[in-house]
Amino acid sequence: MWTSPEAVIAILGMALVTFVIKAGGLLLANRLPQHGFAAAWLKHIPGAVLASLVAPALVTGSAAEVIAAAVTTLVYVTTRSLFPAMAGGVLAVYLARLWLAA
Amino acid sequence: MSDAATPRFSDPFFAGARACIPVVISVAAYGVVWGVLARGAGVSLLEVIMMSGLVFAGSAQFVALDLWTTTPATLPIGPLILAALIINLRYLLLTATLRPLFRPGQQVKGALTMFIVSDETWAITLGAMAKGRGTAAFLLGGGVLAYTTWLATTVIGHTLGSAIDDPRSYGLDFAFTATFLVLLLGMWKGKGDVIPWLVAALAAIVTAKMIPGSWYILIGGMVGSLAGAIADKVRHVD
Repeated sequence: MWTSPEAVIAILGMALVTFVIKAGGLLLANRLPQHGFAAAWLKHIPGAVLASLVAPALVTGSAAEVIAAAVTTLVYVTTRSLFPAMAGGVLAVYLARLWLAA
Repeated sequence: MSDAATPRFSDPFFAGARACIPVVISVAAYGVVWGVLARGAGVSLLEVIMMSGLVFAGSAQFVALDLWTTTPATLPIGPLILAALIINLRYLLLTATLRPLFRPGQQVKGALTMFIVSDETWAITLGAMAKGRGTAAFLLGGGVLAYTTWLATTVIGHTLGSAIDDPRSYGLDFAFTATFLVLLLGMWKGKGDVIPWLVAALAAIVTAKMIPGSWYILIGGMVGSLAGAIADKVRHVD
């Protein structure tokens, strides 16, 4: 079986709503004023979204995630570079999980 | 071929692709896993290509596998589309922050470029924007790399079947958290960030505990950024 009309409709529908949302965020932002409250709100979105992405992973995970986050932060503060910090975090979480499971 | 005509496009394009290599490694690991799971859920190879190529949204694709059925007659088309809509609502906030990449006259170009945005390339581009290096070409470079990687690795996963380990057993799931954490740290501008970040983190933690799915990103981002804007207004900054 290659595919079915139902599957094609479902996938095209998923593709359409996903694209409309992605394009919609940019187009809506273009309509917001460049100054005042709306601009201040837009300015704070990146940090707030990133904090939201990180916080639950650290709270709901095991101690391994917290240790790895500390290692990531330490490496980043020392090197100011993304790749070593990320690699350090991945290595730390790998070792911490082995250690915690032992 | 000479690059002389487009030196201002290819440089940031490849810079964007290079900057996204660390996160694309994780994207690749998850692409293979998704492909394996898709095969198990009865998604055909052609459907894998269509979904990864047209929808291009990892978390929505993972949820779609839970809803997928092997018999076309029972395929829940409405719930599949609704699930994609709900899971991807967070992109309203993400792409809103990319406004500085496009001039007012470039709305169509900007809207079309948004197709290639994913959480990971958005985050890397945002980090570059903070350093004054983020451009539409930078975003596109990272986006094209992530897109081709996702498409290729989901196909590989589907073809290989079950011979693949869970990325969590290598700690690769933490690559995303680590990347977002580093970009958050790099975004620190002063104590004006304390309120929005804390409020966002708390709102996200509470939401993640109460509502399944990715609502915590949207709700945390919305509540935190509004708290930051209100705090600015109270302190008469801006």
